[in-house]
Amino acid sequence: MTGVNEPLLEIERLCTHYGRIQALREVSLAVPRGSLVALVGANGAGKTTLLRTISGVQEASGGAIRFAGADITRLRSHARVQLGIAQVPEGRQMFGPMSVEDNLFLGAYTRTRAQGESAIERVYAMFPVLKERRAQPAGTLSGGQQQMLSIGRALMAEPRLLLLDEPSMGLAPQLVAEIFSTVVELARSGTTMLLVEQNAYAALSIADFGYVLETGRTVISGRGRELLADERVKQAYLGM
Amino acid sequence: MLSQALQFFFSGLTSGAIYALAAIGFTIIYNSSGVINFAQGEFIMVGGVVAVMLTDAGVPLPLAIAIAVAVAGIVGLLLEKLAIEPAGNAEVVTLIIITIGASIFIQGVVQVVFGKGQRALPPFTGDKPILFGSASLLPQSLWMIGTGALIVLMLAWFFGRTRLGKAVLATAHNRLAAQLVGINTRHVLAVSFVLSALVGGVAGVVSAPITLTSYDTGIMVGLKGFVAATLGGLGSGAGAVVGGLILGLMEALVAGYVSSAYKDAVPFVLIILILFFMPRGLFGERVTERV
Ligand SMILES: Nc1ncnc2c1ncn2[C@@H]1O[C@H](COP(=O)(O)OP(=O)(O)O)[C@@H](O)[C@H]1O
Ligand SMILES: [Mg+2]
Repeated sequence: MTGVNEPLLEIERLCTHYGRIQALREVSLAVPRGSLVALVGANGAGKTTLLRTISGVQEASGGAIRFAGADITRLRSHARVQLGIAQVPEGRQMFGPMSVEDNLFLGAYTRTRAQGESAIERVYAMFPVLKERRAQPAGTLSGGQQQMLSIGRALMAEPRLLLLDEPSMGLAPQLVAEIFSTVVELARSGTTMLLVEQNAYAALSIADFGYVLETGRTVISGRGRELLADERVKQAYLGM
Repeated sequence: MLSQALQFFFSGLTSGAIYALAAIGFTIIYNSSGVINFAQGEFIMVGGVVAVMLTDAGVPLPLAIAIAVAVAGIVGLLLEKLAIEPAGNAEVVTLIIITIGASIFIQGVVQVVFGKGQRALPPFTGDKPILFGSASLLPQSLWMIGTGALIVLMLAWFFGRTRLGKAVLATAHNRLAAQLVGINTRHVLAVSFVLSALVGGVAGVVSAPITLTSYDTGIMVGLKGFVAATLGGLGSGAGAVVGGLILGLMEALVAGYVSSAYKDAVPFVLIILILFFMPRGLFGERVTERV
């Protein structure tokens, strides 16, 4: 039996190497059930690496990742998706030549056809433009639409934990706002999320908890609003 | 005059169908792994050789064909499980060299089991030519062309309609995204080796009555399939089919109007021209439109 109060995702002294380069240095963090946790930090801090390691597409070289009480540090990526970890990766990562609908159904690859059918209705309700364009190759969508598709595809798995890697990157301000309101909406409906952002202000303002990553280490952590008020965070990441 | 051209066309279409199947085999594995599988010709050879051995041993032709295709598929699976998968995250070049080694190994085994001679499979439905004016077509040619077309349709269905087929395609388009949606990409690699070996096995079986078969038939047909795939644009399924047919037709024209001695030079001249003048082939990926 696992405790209800135990975090859904728990990371302990996690290390990741690219060859001889160490990208994560004993990172520890927790994502409680139903919460939105923001991870901010400068370019190259290791945010993407952390999400890649959580999803299992990059091997951990040390430490542990626990999900819903189980140690998943050595599990292969597809098994982690099966457990309920979905990711909206950096750079959207479409299946470019395939249709929008194919992209979405692939998001439900670990689930049954019927589960996919009901999930896609919800995704279409959330992003009506995807329904309009469902037969179009994903690669022909605009950047904002691709980002919606990437989020929609991850939601097709109806994940217990959603990892988002800079979903606002490269988008016009109005679209950034739209993406953030989607994230807020998801948080309200109870989705547990780990949100990576360079846009520290926006991310911390909507997050329950925040962590600041610097050259592979978590250097500051706290409640989202408290971090916004933190002098070090203000200076380094909010340009104040 | 016209019937002579028609005759060349038939002959080109017949060998083109096999080159197309060989090229499709290359394409499937290339897409899912980036590897150019130089053992592709061996799948074709194994299909032909096993069918011949079984019919010689008295096994009825349809059963012999089914077993031969299955054996080719198993060879593909073994190649992936015993040679490619253990290499782990090795460089693509390393994997390509592994396939060359596997190709030599398979030829060696077949040479021991089957002997060095050339043997033919009996034609599926007799060898009475069908006449079109003064041009003629062997029934086995129709089998080859028809089977080629059927395989293309079946693959189109597999990749366009089935969940597993789409997972293979998705992995080819974006491996990272495929992993992130929960596709077991290692499994996909095995599937693509088996699939391409099955296609090769079928090609070997239907062509064995016309082309004869021996332990080394895979070398030439493999090379030609590779040229056809490159001509079509490596990675494109439609390109593989078109490339195979063009190669077959060009060979037939050169053999007919110039000299059959030059026939086998066609793919080599062609590959040099392709590499110089259109390295992307006919249907190759344009620079990707990534945002
Ligand atoms: N594939 C890779 N090979 C080698 N080094 C990498 C690779 N990916 C990222 N890095 C390095 O790891 C560090 C962290 O990168 P990343 O996780 O992408 O940071 P962030 O997402 O915070 O911008 C950087 O120093 C980067 O150069
Ligand atoms: Mg990043």
